[in-house]
Amino acid sequence: MSVPRIDRLSAVMALPLLASPALTAFGFRPNRIAPPQPRTWAEAIGWPLTGALLAGLVLLAVALLLLRRPGMRLLLLAGALAALVVLLGRGAVLLLEQAAPAARVSPGAGFWLAAGTLLLLLVDAFARMRPGPAARAALLACAVAGVAVLLGSGTLAGLSVAAEFRVRADAFHRATADHLVLAFGSFLAALVFGLPTGLAIQRHPGLRGPVLNLLTLIQTIPSIALFGILIVPLAWVAAHVPGAADAGIKGIGTAPALIALFLYSLLPIVANTVAGLDAVPRAVTEAARGMGMTEARRLWWIDLPLTLPVILAAARIVLVQNIGLATVGALIGSGGYGTFIFQGIGQTATDLILLGVIPTVALAFLTSSIMDLLIALSGGQPQ
Amino acid sequence: MTALRWIILIGVTGGLILFPALFEPLLRPFAPAGGPAIYDRASLASLTVSHLALVALAMIPSTLIALSLAILVTRPAGAEFLPMARVLANIGQTFPPVAVLALSVPLLGFGARPTVLALFLYGLLPIFENALAGLRAVPGSVLLSGKAMGMTPRQVLAQVEMPLALPLILEGIRISIVIALSTATIGSTVAARSLGEVIIAGLTSNNPAYVIQGGVLTGCIAVLLYDAFGLLIEIAKRLTGREPQQAA
Repeated sequence: MSVPRIDRLSAVMALPLLASPALTAFGFRPNRIAPPQPRTWAEAIGWPLTGALLAGLVLLAVALLLLRRPGMRLLLLAGALAALVVLLGRGAVLLLEQAAPAARVSPGAGFWLAAGTLLLLLVDAFARMRPGPAARAALLACAVAGVAVLLGSGTLAGLSVAAEFRVRADAFHRATADHLVLAFGSFLAALVFGLPTGLAIQRHPGLRGPVLNLLTLIQTIPSIALFGILIVPLAWVAAHVPGAADAGIKGIGTAPALIALFLYSLLPIVANTVAGLDAVPRAVTEAARGMGMTEARRLWWIDLPLTLPVILAAARIVLVQNIGLATVGALIGSGGYGTFIFQGIGQTATDLILLGVIPTVALAFLTSSIMDLLIALSGGQPQ
Repeated sequence: MTALRWIILIGVTGGLILFPALFEPLLRPFAPAGGPAIYDRASLASLTVSHLALVALAMIPSTLIALSLAILVTRPAGAEFLPMARVLANIGQTFPPVAVLALSVPLLGFGARPTVLALFLYGLLPIFENALAGLRAVPGSVLLSGKAMGMTPRQVLAQVEMPLALPLILEGIRISIVIALSTATIGSTVAARSLGEVIIAGLTSNNPAYVIQGGVLTGCIAVLLYDAFGLLIEIAKRLTGREPQQAA
């Protein structure tokens, strides 16, 4: 082929990229809850830098259309994304310099469009490299390090979410601890309870239908409903069982949230354990028996290793689900990032909402990436 | 067993919606002394209708768009977008529904609109993923037979691929609807009229009777719709000549 073939995906994605500077780059608010006023790149960083940005975007679009090697695309896109974020931080600082102390600057639609497009192209380039576990681990480590450097360097300190964070650093750390306890604590409890349950109902097929039906029924109940309904029995326990109240069990708070998340976690773990055990080839089991392995040794050395990828897949589903659902726990006083989200909704303070949403999504994304890695290492099919 | 489940679900749902006063003796012990045991700020029937309307308004466009996208990326012309579409669907799933709801508020203000937007966006993913899985699972030999019979690509899609993928597509819609029902409940925190209002009122006024009423009703409606879709899926499987799977 003498004429370079144009990459069709890039051709489509170049449109939002090139259109993005036409949208507002920044939202400027005289105070925390005022409606944002649009500010363009030129108003924030001046014409010389804006010219460089525009030229950079055009060059990037052309390069993407012609460049098909995923590795090169990955490097190029990572560089472009980093430059865009640095410009965002610079623009926020410059806009604040001209304004009153209470003013807030947040990224506007134009920035989000450009950053989102770059991120998608980046992920696509990475997917096209068909990376093995080592490459995935490396990229994940690079991404985490990059975000850490970005946050640590104070490049983005001018943004409104950072301002919101500075006011509530203590509350934020508490919310992080609460969120982790809710999401991972309930997962561990479900694992301890769900694995033996899965094992038991796989051995006794009569139990399979009823147990899985019950767990599906629980999963179907909307989260606030389940959280709320659990308040009633727990309040009764706290009032009537000696020592329960001293152990921290109350109608509202962490206890009902933990139990609700635990109940939601059971279905994926039990169902996948059963499916994984079902899939262990009969010939393998027979061979192990022929070698004289006892039931317990077979379970430990044969069934569990072969079932591990499927159980890890369940763990991934459960953890992502729990991290998301734990936000709802804030409505019944269990803390976590949901506190910021619902406070932010109440005060119509977008920054506060973002202070809750960003770490929740980041935590869910990081967890699912790590789980994907573990699944790949255990020999399973990552998502 | 199944019949009993249907009777209980329909009985409790219908009773709570149409004759809430009947449940007064059951709920009285949970209400604060002297306080109301039955939610009276709005009729449960109107809240239920509004709740289901939110879900329907979001799910119809969600289904149409997700299905079209899944069909698009499984055609030869859209094949280049398939890896990106899968990555996007995978990343999108790590966004919690509450986050989508909360971020819709600054864009659209309070009320039904941000809720419908959040339900719509979140509903896309399960339908897309399942439709994709269903369309990709159609064996190549079957597609080839269709072609050999002289079917146009459009006919193969409409008469072969879609019917074979239908059970999985319905499964995706079922997952989306269950999530949408749950998220619509949370929608009442952004002032959308839904059954979540009853639960939230119970939580804020410390009245467990309200919480139970709203919680049981939303739970029953969710399970009812889930079961109804289960029936549809069984019918779809039977129509395409697949053995109905053993009830899981």
